[in-house]
Amino acid sequence: MARFAPGDRVRTRAADPDGHTRLPRYARGHVGEVLELRATWALPDETVRGNHRPEPVYAVRFGAGELWGTGTHAVILDLWESYLEDE
Amino acid sequence: MSGWHAELPVAARVRELEERLIAAGLVTDAELDDILTSVYASASPANGARMVARAWTDPAYRERLLADGNAAAAELGFTGLHYLLKAVENTAGVHNVIVCTLCSCYPTSLLGPSPSWYKSFAYRARVVREPRAVLAEFGLRLPEQTEIRVWDANSQTRYVVLPVAPEQRAGLDEDALAAMVSRNGLIGTALR
Repeated sequence: MARFAPGDRVRTRAADPDGHTRLPRYARGHVGEVLELRATWALPDETVRGNHRPEPVYAVRFGAGELWGTGTHAVILDLWESYLEDE
Repeated sequence: MSGWHAELPVAARVRELEERLIAAGLVTDAELDDILTSVYASASPANGARMVARAWTDPAYRERLLADGNAAAAELGFTGLHYLLKAVENTAGVHNVIVCTLCSCYPTSLLGPSPSWYKSFAYRARVVREPRAVLAEFGLRLPEQTEIRVWDANSQTRYVVLPVAPEQRAGLDEDALAAMVSRNGLIGTALR
């Protein structure tokens, strides 16, 4: 059951994780908007530990002002549900 | 191709990795050769260009392409994509550009081997930060009011840009339209 829906505002985890992750540094600790559910894929952070943990992955859009403090463009990237909190 | 680089340190590491994989029985020389042959023979930006030309001439195909890139690619014979393919459409007010910041994921079978600049640290770091400036360096100067969307691809989700169709296309068949679409247009570093 997907926790988030298109239009939801979400905040990405800010912490620097211990080990592999697919949450890029530039997108940590920022607020974005869920565009759509991509699919259910295994969380890479756990795959590298030998644990198969499928979870929803969302396309999330961030404004340039939010990410960089300047700019008018948007950046969209896929984020696993574990990387996201309600905002 | 982007140049002769077999003597670089990374090439030696790749050969070492290949030898380790083969020695471990995970793959054979023949299998690697088959993959490379298949990629070089069939992977080309002409494939993505064909999809764009079809979308420009057939509005129903355009809808299908935007709704399900994998199915639309398969309609034209491009099957076996091992990732989710998303087509993102440029309009008068929106321009899309693609990157893979974490590595260099790229829809090779539809665009051919990726250009060196796409794999560079400079492109991957800068296009998410200052796309307008990066595009200007490619010779693409967009109006200030154009909304730029930067799509950060990954191994599971890859993108192809659907450029804006030319205004004058009466009398141009699909082949002629496809010839107007460049690899950079499919990545988003050119208008078309």
